[in-house]
Amino acid sequence: MKDLIDPIDLSVEDVDTILKLAGKIMADRPAYAHVCDGKKLATLFYEPSTRTRLSFEAAMLELGGSILGFHSADSSSATKGESIADTARIVEKYADIIAMRHPKEGAPLVAAMHVDIPVINAGDGGHNHPTQTLTDLLTIHETMHRLDNVTVGLCGDLKFGRTVHSLIKAMSRYENVRFVLISPDELRIPDYIKEEVLLANNIPFEEVEQMEDVMPSLDILYMTRVQRERFFNEADYIRLKDSYILDHTKLLNAKEDLKIMHPLPRVNEIAKEVDNDPRAVYFKQAEYGKFVRMALIMWLLGLDK
Amino acid sequence: MLKVDSIERGIVLDHIKAGKAMQIYEYLNLDELDCSIAIIKNVKSNKMGLKDIIKVNDNIDINLDVLGYIDPNITVNIVENNVIVGKKRLELPQKICNVVQCKNPRCITSIEPGLDHIFKLANKEKRLYRCIYCEDEAKTR
Repeated sequence: MKDLIDPIDLSVEDVDTILKLAGKIMADRPAYAHVCDGKKLATLFYEPSTRTRLSFEAAMLELGGSILGFHSADSSSATKGESIADTARIVEKYADIIAMRHPKEGAPLVAAMHVDIPVINAGDGGHNHPTQTLTDLLTIHETMHRLDNVTVGLCGDLKFGRTVHSLIKAMSRYENVRFVLISPDELRIPDYIKEEVLLANNIPFEEVEQMEDVMPSLDILYMTRVQRERFFNEADYIRLKDSYILDHTKLLNAKEDLKIMHPLPRVNEIAKEVDNDPRAVYFKQAEYGKFVRMALIMWLLGLDK
Repeated sequence: MLKVDSIERGIVLDHIKAGKAMQIYEYLNLDELDCSIAIIKNVKSNKMGLKDIIKVNDNIDINLDVLGYIDPNITVNIVENNVIVGKKRLELPQKICNVVQCKNPRCITSIEPGLDHIFKLANKEKRLYRCIYCEDEAKTR
C-alpha cells in the first residue's frame, strides 16, 4: 500500500504488522534511531493541530529523519490559489513522505492521486483520521494485550465524532467485540454506521443514555466531548452535560482493569481527579500515537524489513 | 396515434422509465449533435405500462456508464440499414466520472474547481454511489 487515507484501507494483517512494529520500537528505541536517516517528512497542515503535527514530527525525528512543511493554510501557497495537486507535486520533489491535514474532506486523497510518494491523511475535516484510529488500536493492544473479546463503551458525541466512527469500523473486524453506545438522544451514532457496520456484520451493541448502569460491563471506556453547540436547545444541554462527565463516583462500579481512553483534547468531560486513576490511559494513548506513527512511516517507506 | 419513423442507422434507447427521456438527453449531451433525434414520451408498453424512447439517427458513441448509472434497465439497440443489429446490456458502473456533482460543502471538490467529481458504487442493491473524496451519497439520478 502506498498511502494511508482511510483507516479501513488497512487490512487486519496490515494493522497487525504496524502494531507489532510499534511494539518493537517501544521495546528498543535506540535500534530505530537511524532508520530514517536522510529521509524527509513533509507535514502539510492546512489547519492548526498541535498534537497530531507534533506527534508526526516527533515520530520522524526519533527515527533519525528530518521534517519540513507548513502549519496553516495562511503560510502555504494555498493563499495564492495553488491547488492541492500542484502543492503535492512540488513537495514530492523535496520530501520522501507527506502527512497532510486539511479542513476539507478528501484533500489528502487528491494529493495521493497526484504523487508517487506515500501520503498519510492526518485528518480531513470531520471525515477520516486514520492515525488516531491506529493510536487507539495500539493503546488497546498494549494495555489489554488483545483486540478481540472486549466490550467497548463509547461515550459522548457519537454523532459527529469521527474517531468514534473509525474505531467502530476498525474494531468490528475482530472476534467477539461488543459495543455499548452511550450518548444523549441528539448525539446518537448515525444510522449508516449502525446499518452498514454493526447490523451488517452482526456485531452486538446497545444504545443507552446513562453510563452508570453499563459501567460494570465495560473493558474499555472511550470518552469524547459533548459540545454545547451540538444541542438544539440550551435546556437539553444543561440537563445532560453532567451525565457525560466522568468522575470517581461514576467509576465506582467499573472493572478493576477498565481502560479509560480519550482522543484528546479533553475539556471537562473527564474530571481531573480521574487522571491519577491507574485505569486512565489517555495520556499514555498520546504517547502511543507517536510510536504508531513511527511504525507507519517505516512501513509506508518500506523500511520495516 | 403519434407516428415516428424508424431510423436508418443509429441508436435507439428503449425502455426508458416514463418521464426520464429529457434527463437522459441532457446527461448524454445529445443537444450537441447535429443529426436527427426523436424523443418519444409516454409510449404504451406491455412490460412497463408507459415508457420513453430516444432515437438517434447517427452511430454515436454512447457513454454506457452514464446510462447504466441513471437506469440499468434501459435497452440500447444498434440500428444498421433499418434493422437492429445489436443490443447492449447495461450494468451499474463501478465508477462514474463527472456525471453528478458532489453537493457536500465540506468536500474538497467544493473549493477545487479543477477536480473530477468521481463516485464509486457503494451498494449494488440500493444503487448507492458515494463520492471518492468525502463518501457523501450521490444525490441526483
